[in-house]
Amino acid sequence: MHNRVSRFADFAKPVLAAMILATGSSFVHAQASGKTIRMIPGGDLKILDPIQNPSYITRNHGYMIYDTLFAVDSKGNYKPQMVDTFSVSKDKKTYTFTLRPGLKWHDGAPVVAADAVASIKRWWVKDVTGRFLAAQAASLEAKDDKTFVLTLKEPFGLVIEALGKPSSNVPFMMPERVAKTDPNQQITDTTGSGPFIFKKDEWVPGNKVVYVKNPSYVPRKEPADGLTGGKVVKVDRVEWIYIPDQNTALAAFNNGEMDIFELPQADFLDSLEKNPNVKIAKDSLGCQGWLRPNHLQPPFNNPKARQALLYMVNQEEYLAAAGFSEKYRVKQTAAYFMSGSVNATDAGGEAVKAGQNIAKAKQLLKEAGYKGEKVVVLVPSDPPVQAAAAMVTVQNLKKIGMNVEAQAMDWSTLLGRRAKKESVENGGWSIFHTYSVGFDVMSPVVNSYVGGAGEAGPAGWSTDPQMEALRMAWAKESNPSKRKAITDQIQKRAYDQVPYVNFGQFYWPMAYRANLKGLINIGIPVMWNVDK
Amino acid sequence: MKYVIKRILALIPVLAVVAVIVFLLLHLGASDPAVLIAGDNASTSDIEQIRQKLGLNRPLLEQFFSWIWRILHGDMGVSVFTGLPVTTMIRQRLEPTFWLTLSTMLFAVVLAVPMGIIAAWRAGTWIDRAIMALAVLAFSLPVFLIGYFLIFGFSIKWAILPVQGFHSIADGFGPFIRHLILPALSGGLIYMALIARMTRATMLEVLGEDYIRTARAKGVGNTRLLVRHALKNAAVPIITTIGLGVALLLGGVIVTESVFAIPGIGRLTVDSVLRRDYPVIQGIVLVTSAVYVLINLAIDLLYTVFDPRIRY
Repeated sequence: MHNRVSRFADFAKPVLAAMILATGSSFVHAQASGKTIRMIPGGDLKILDPIQNPSYITRNHGYMIYDTLFAVDSKGNYKPQMVDTFSVSKDKKTYTFTLRPGLKWHDGAPVVAADAVASIKRWWVKDVTGRFLAAQAASLEAKDDKTFVLTLKEPFGLVIEALGKPSSNVPFMMPERVAKTDPNQQITDTTGSGPFIFKKDEWVPGNKVVYVKNPSYVPRKEPADGLTGGKVVKVDRVEWIYIPDQNTALAAFNNGEMDIFELPQADFLDSLEKNPNVKIAKDSLGCQGWLRPNHLQPPFNNPKARQALLYMVNQEEYLAAAGFSEKYRVKQTAAYFMSGSVNATDAGGEAVKAGQNIAKAKQLLKEAGYKGEKVVVLVPSDPPVQAAAAMVTVQNLKKIGMNVEAQAMDWSTLLGRRAKKESVENGGWSIFHTYSVGFDVMSPVVNSYVGGAGEAGPAGWSTDPQMEALRMAWAKESNPSKRKAITDQIQKRAYDQVPYVNFGQFYWPMAYRANLKGLINIGIPVMWNVDK
Repeated sequence: MKYVIKRILALIPVLAVVAVIVFLLLHLGASDPAVLIAGDNASTSDIEQIRQKLGLNRPLLEQFFSWIWRILHGDMGVSVFTGLPVTTMIRQRLEPTFWLTLSTMLFAVVLAVPMGIIAAWRAGTWIDRAIMALAVLAFSLPVFLIGYFLIFGFSIKWAILPVQGFHSIADGFGPFIRHLILPALSGGLIYMALIARMTRATMLEVLGEDYIRTARAKGVGNTRLLVRHALKNAAVPIITTIGLGVALLLGGVIVTESVFAIPGIGRLTVDSVLRRDYPVIQGIVLVTSAVYVLINLAIDLLYTVFDPRIRY
């Protein structure tokens, strides 16, 4: 029987191949001509405004078409990008920036200082670091076409870091007419000055995003390094093909139909590593998982109950459940600001670093006066990391003696539910999970969930004025050793108040075909410097 | 003609009822798009400001009448997320959906009708049992499983067809057809099974009629007997099944489109529902409802072609 099947297959294969090939050239050749890079993005680009919307896919779109005043290199140093030179006054209150010559918008108009001023002013309304900067700014004005001046009320240690912020919301530069759009309203004009031009006419939301090389872009002379240096484009066209089914995405990538697979499912990574035609790009920081309790409602309005969550978590367990093999996990870490970053510290987290301690968690719950009130965990059905983490939390909460209800829903419904501040009996919630990339976690200022702005802050509404004061002190401090001391204080405070629990630090690498050269490995899929 | 006009006019109350139900279902739901747009770090006030910009904080009735007013002026609005006109987003998806529907049904009908005829003609024999077993198998296998098997065989093992995607016919016939073969096969098997079983059942009934026996007695050949005498009289239920299949496919085949990453109406519907893109969902539902009604009308009219006794 087997032989008959084999004989049929031997016969059928060339016949079918001949029939199919008779319909034209091979499918690979049927794609657009010129050098084209095809990437399976980690999400579907739905929103084009990287200031209004902080999603990573919109941020990545921003890096394709916009440029930044400053940027961060592979070692974490901030360097000028659109800025040619800058100076700081002796009292550290006045920053004067001069733009590089030759910068042009995609429509051919020159980039002027007024564009930069308007862009910064739109950005700092929306961004967490931007808000710190805005609070310290006395004025921001264009002096002439090439120069603009930022005057501060008092010295602020993060001006360059803020303007070179690498992740959401990135201060991308837009033409003044676009940047004057209300920050809460989406822009419709996608004119940028970056290395690629967005082809809006070829955009099919839910399927395809197309960028072409910007012929007028003037790269810096330095070699590309991280997000800094010369953004030299070596291909004609980049296509993002969104493939919602991960199995299909894997097949298309392995088959050579795609060049880059931005976020392959964690359990595909081991098999991808074994493919000789594939390389894996693991960035240096990775991501951090967040278990966020609701600070407004019992039992987690009590810090003791939140501390119990710290002892309940075994980070390895969470990451294994999400499918990450050992080499993609960071061992149990106490660092709130990313193990491996300049702000990494164990201060205050010694007990947590020792690992899960169910007895201690139970004791803390008892001290919190927990009497079996219902705890609602929002369990998303779609994003795999958040879904796995939520299920582990449900089991762990049961282990420490809590009355848990797991409520399953799609991610969009979850985002709607978590905006509710009411009690669980009235449609509220107790815990949800999310994660963030290292760039958005690695300092007390960019890490928005560590903040204590209460109802003016993100869902979970941690209220802690002392923490807010410490974050502002950190932002103002420019002396590295003094800043380190404040970092320790902030982290100790975090372990006392527990704004959120780090359920694990992990690497979610990008896979790319081995024939690609020059891919920049910084955790953001930028397409300059890449050749094939 | 009068009948056709009457049926087309009947579209208006159908669409009105659909519009009201869909609008209410969406707006009474738990979440709103402003939360998704605002993102992870947004405060309550950020979300509220975006809601204001989108007009989502206006009274429900005001939102409804303003939407109806726009629809009456031929404007379906713009997507809350992409900012693109809803008509553009639907138009982008019509071509893949149309060709996927056509190729799927073509594949299904070309195989299913002869299979059903042969099964009925050889009823009770091993041929009948084999065909029906095949139909049951095709009907029972999940579409995604068939899709994955086809991808494994034709794309990965033999490397003769692409894994995913859609190419417009304007890009050339070769890439166009190669991207359609696997989706049509995987989506078409279930319709093939359905139509084959329907054809067999109705043919069996017709083949037992007196006029068939008479035709046989008069020496009419098998092919002529089966096709001209039997099939034509068995056509009405088969056409109904095919018509309903076309209507379902035009409404979007979510699994086939997802497995093969085809940007059709089905995926647009799911994506829009998942992100609560109200104007797009409302637009799709209106368009697909109209398509359903028109296809049903076309089926009713086709009956008169195959059975002259039917008159409206």
